Amino acid sequence: MWSWVAHRVTGVLIFFFLLVHVLDTALVRVSPEAYNAVIGTYQTPIMGLGEAGLVAAIVFHAFNGLRIILVDFWAKGPKYQRVMLWVVLGLFAVTMAGFLPRHLMNVFGGGH
Amino acid sequence: MAYGTSAVAKVDAPRSPYVRRRTTRGNYELYSWVFMRASGVVLIVLIFGHLFVNLMVGEGVHAIDFGFVAGKWANPLWQVWDLLMLWLAMIHGTNGVRTIINDYAQKDLTRGVLKSLLYLAFVIVVVLGTLVIFTFDPCPVNAPEHLIASFCPAR
Ligand code: HEM
Repeated sequence: MWSWVAHRVTGVLIFFFLLVHVLDTALVRVSPEAYNAVIGTYQTPIMGLGEAGLVAAIVFHAFNGLRIILVDFWAKGPKYQRVMLWVVLGLFAVTMAGFLPRHLMNVFGGGH
Repeated sequence: MAYGTSAVAKVDAPRSPYVRRRTTRGNYELYSWVFMRASGVVLIVLIFGHLFVNLMVGEGVHAIDFGFVAGKWANPLWQVWDLLMLWLAMIHGTNGVRTIINDYAQKDLTRGVLKSLLYLAFVIVVVLGTLVIFTFDPCPVNAPEHLIASFCPAR
């Protein structure tokens, strides 16, 4: 039940970000200055935290999506759906542990 | 005689096999259900690869600028990668949000308006995104030299 709510919420969140993200990337057709100016705001600490949240949303949605697929297609899926939720959360923790330090270093550690 | 004999609906003989009613509205929802799962599997590869190359390699977000994008799209692999990701994610996301609108918007009018906006956004973003990938110019004239791609003749 809660994994379903979280799957919905993350799905909608990622969708709205995708709309914005295609628009900001489209600025490469306007001018290098316009693109760099907007991307520059993506490199600030506040946006950096937002990106971390967005990556977390995608990682959860992706792993839980695989779980949904296994529940639907794997004969033993429904039986193990609960165990698989823990696996999803475990993989989520591992992936974020790999991503967060690196990303936060890029955002907060020196750079330019 | 026995009342109702002629008016009663025909009842199948006991233990006769169940005959599934033919669908009358096409199988759109079935195909969309399958598509959500198939595109999901492909999107994992595309999106994880995208995030890894853009956020984890080198300086991560700090390395992203016009020249970075030019460098990536000079390679047809990344053009195809981004194109596929754009289309699959937009169809998957739009279809998912369509389901959610159908679930929560009860009035016909509200539902119609929300879905029209959704489809409008879909068309704009997919057309714009596709054009950008294919019409991108890494060496725009009149642009400051230090901002354009390192392989441009102007540099
Ligand atoms: C990373 C790989 C992804 C996987 C494995 C995945 C998997 C799934 C699956 C299996 C569903 C369930 C569909 C159903 O119940 O019929 C779903 C729903 C959904 N997905 Fe994804 N997805 C991924 C990426 C995305 C992206 C990039 C977006 C946004 C653009 C997105 C937005 C949605 C939405 C809005 C729903 C509907 C949620 C609902 O109906 O409750 N997904 N996804």
